[in-house]
Amino acid sequence: MSAALETQGLCKSFGALAVASDIEFRLEQGARHALIGPNGAGKTTFVNLVTGVLTPSAGRILLDGDDVTALPQAQRVKRGLARTFQINTLFRGLSVLENVCLAIGERLGVAGDLYRPAGSRRDVVDEAYAALERLGLAGDAKRLVRELSYGRQRLVELAVALGLKPQVLLLDEPAAGVPSSESGIIVDIIESLPAEIALLIIEHDMDLVFRLARRITVLVQGAVLVEGAPQEIAADPRVREVYLGEREPA
Amino acid sequence: MSDALAGRAAPAVEALLRGHRLRPWEALPWLAAAAAFFAFPDYLALGSQILINILFALSLDLILGYAGIVTLGHAAFFGVGAYTAGLLAAHGWGEPLSGLVIAGLVAGLVGLVSGAIILRTRGLTLLMLTLVIAVMLQEAANKAGSITGGADGLQSMQVAPVLDLFRFDLYGRTAYLYCLALLFLGWLAARRIVHSPFGRSLTGIRENEARMHAIGSPVFRRRLTIYAIAAALAGVAGALLAQTTQFVALEVLSFERSGAVLIMLILGGVGRLYGAFIGVPLYMILQDRFAQADPVYWDFWIGLLLIIVVVFARGGVLGLAERIARRLSGRR
Amino acid sequence: MSAAVSAFISIAFHGLAFAMVLYLVSVGLSVTMGLMGFVNLAHGVFAAAGGYVMTRLINAYDVPFPLAVVAAFILVAAGSVVLERLLYRRLYGADELSQVLMTVGLILMSVAIFKFFWGPLAQPMRPPAYLSGQLDLGFRSFPTYRSFLIVAGAVLVTLLWLGLERTRFGARIRAAVDNRRMAQSVGIDTDRLFTLAFALGSGLAALGGALGAEILAIDPGYAQEHLIYFLIVVAVGGLGSIKGPFFAALLLGITDTAFKYKLPEFGAFFIYAMTLALLLWRPQGLFGRSS
Repeated sequence: MSAALETQGLCKSFGALAVASDIEFRLEQGARHALIGPNGAGKTTFVNLVTGVLTPSAGRILLDGDDVTALPQAQRVKRGLARTFQINTLFRGLSVLENVCLAIGERLGVAGDLYRPAGSRRDVVDEAYAALERLGLAGDAKRLVRELSYGRQRLVELAVALGLKPQVLLLDEPAAGVPSSESGIIVDIIESLPAEIALLIIEHDMDLVFRLARRITVLVQGAVLVEGAPQEIAADPRVREVYLGEREPA
Repeated sequence: MSDALAGRAAPAVEALLRGHRLRPWEALPWLAAAAAFFAFPDYLALGSQILINILFALSLDLILGYAGIVTLGHAAFFGVGAYTAGLLAAHGWGEPLSGLVIAGLVAGLVGLVSGAIILRTRGLTLLMLTLVIAVMLQEAANKAGSITGGADGLQSMQVAPVLDLFRFDLYGRTAYLYCLALLFLGWLAARRIVHSPFGRSLTGIRENEARMHAIGSPVFRRRLTIYAIAAALAGVAGALLAQTTQFVALEVLSFERSGAVLIMLILGGVGRLYGAFIGVPLYMILQDRFAQADPVYWDFWIGLLLIIVVVFARGGVLGLAERIARRLSGRR
Repeated sequence: MSAAVSAFISIAFHGLAFAMVLYLVSVGLSVTMGLMGFVNLAHGVFAAAGGYVMTRLINAYDVPFPLAVVAAFILVAAGSVVLERLLYRRLYGADELSQVLMTVGLILMSVAIFKFFWGPLAQPMRPPAYLSGQLDLGFRSFPTYRSFLIVAGAVLVTLLWLGLERTRFGARIRAAVDNRRMAQSVGIDTDRLFTLAFALGSGLAALGGALGAEILAIDPGYAQEHLIYFLIVVAVGGLGSIKGPFFAALLLGITDTAFKYKLPEFGAFFIYAMTLALLLWRPQGLFGRSS
């Protein structure tokens, strides 16, 4: 069975600076996979390459076995790839409900309709509202996104991505910037995601990583250092060195 | 599921579901236009000009206020529509309604082709290219003097009665009602689009283009579509001008016209559908009063007004009204 | 010499003179755009102001030419600082539309002000006696003033490029254009830097307008009439680039002059078409950075 998401020899350079070096990566169907690494390792760059925000210098990207390397961002989304951004990237002047409605509307293919009123699509609005309820955002449905706290905006970011009902979901530091009092909900949501979704999380919070991930890839300076099950990674001396600067005694 | 939700969801969901319903106050512009017809029989020529410019500004609002495309060359489409209708009338095709439709289609086509070329760019480059397109068309019209009349303008237009019944009379009554009818149709179309899922997605593109790509929206296609539609509407406005005044001059393609319609729209308020209905009459009545006296002063004061509006009242008249309404409801 | 070669030399000469004027006026716009991302459509107003100040000083007060030119530079640069502090500053973070509208408002006001003080006609520009007439270089003669314009332009451009490459001020500008936040975090006062750069750019524009008054006549509508050419120079050259607009100005100046000689009917049209094609091929301009 083909991987949900796969990269082969993925490379990206800006002039002399190589931000991705020959990355071979597999995200299995139904995976719970984490991507970790120090700051500047190229994790977000990797997500940008996979989603199509950046064009690779070399290599291939395969979504459910199909080569999508040449496809623009929007078309990869149509094929079931969704992501959240490290920094909230929402429609700040629109209401929370509208934000999610836009995503659902695109998914259902109704967003191009010039003629019928948006309000006539009751199904879109109902689904959006239900999604908000699941995330505890129902009370904020009418409020503009820019009026919400950063933590609650992060939830909206998640809701928008989930509204696309993706098969592959890439979460870029979903809990970043969220006070610990509010991050519990985010973790719960992620844990309760359908098992069929292949999930890749970029995270710095190791508790989160070890709680959610069944497989971890460590990225350092644009290249894969090591990949394996959480226990292997935790015990790997190279990983410890990268994070803590320790050397195991010879 | 919908029924169970309906009870709890009421306010937020209902607001979205009903957003497109007609409100009572939306009849005001039409009542005002009808009243003006009877109250100011000597000013119907100015009235027609106002109606034409409202349609023009409305078309600009679609791309500027909703899709967020900043253009200094929207007069290109107005001018194309004007010259198309003018040339048709000057060469024997005097029937106005079909002339109008053809003009709109030609302008829309020009919008489609130019948009396909320039909408791939951003920022200052895009802004400059909108200017370039308009200037190129103006150059072409100027150089093709034998066809367009060049700097002297296109004359000898023979416009037939509307629907074979209503002749364009000297008092401008037919012209006014003709323009009003077309404005109404244009408004219907614009309103439909704005409240449709397509229109909502335009707002999304304006608010956060990166996000739109990330939810699978074909951004370029959407922008190009609204650009072409707005071009067609602008073309219809231009055709109205040609048919009602029976004259087309080079200035229909000019930077002055692009700039003026931009100012009219800003005064009223961008992206609120009705900004055109407020800003255009405001600007044109002010202009009618003051510009004749001394055009130099007009430039100065309108420039100053523009700067003041941009710095202090960015949302124009409608924006101010919104702010006041929010303050009032907040106090309650 | 043959007619073809003579025509070629004429085109190169006059095209170069025109290019100098275009570059001097537009370089400030490129820096403003690159430094603060500010769309200053009213940039041509500073060029016109320079021309107005210089011609007024010469025609009404018999100020010697070099002094009048320097005065134009200083006065317009100073005036631009006032305008920057009062007005431009308010809209630095604002959206593109707001900036466009504000600068359009400025253009409108400037047209009225110029018309009010100087009347609607173009200002007569008489170069001083020692710069008038023809310069005989043996194989042919050239108009003295335009020769001076080319030389003066070359000197100014060289000073500008050296200044930006060799001085700390220049280094700071280049850093801030490259990455403003980074520049701020290493302690560069970008606010003051920008005011200075803005003043320099406006002053250069004033020089371009004043020196080039013979090529681009000083009339109230100057800023608006030539806006598209300034924008083309900057966009084709590459926003934020200092050298890029020079080559764009050369391209534009020589092409425009060539067409005026050979096919005056189609010059403008060809230039716009060329601009379209160039920008579609390289949207960031010849020397701009692709984002």
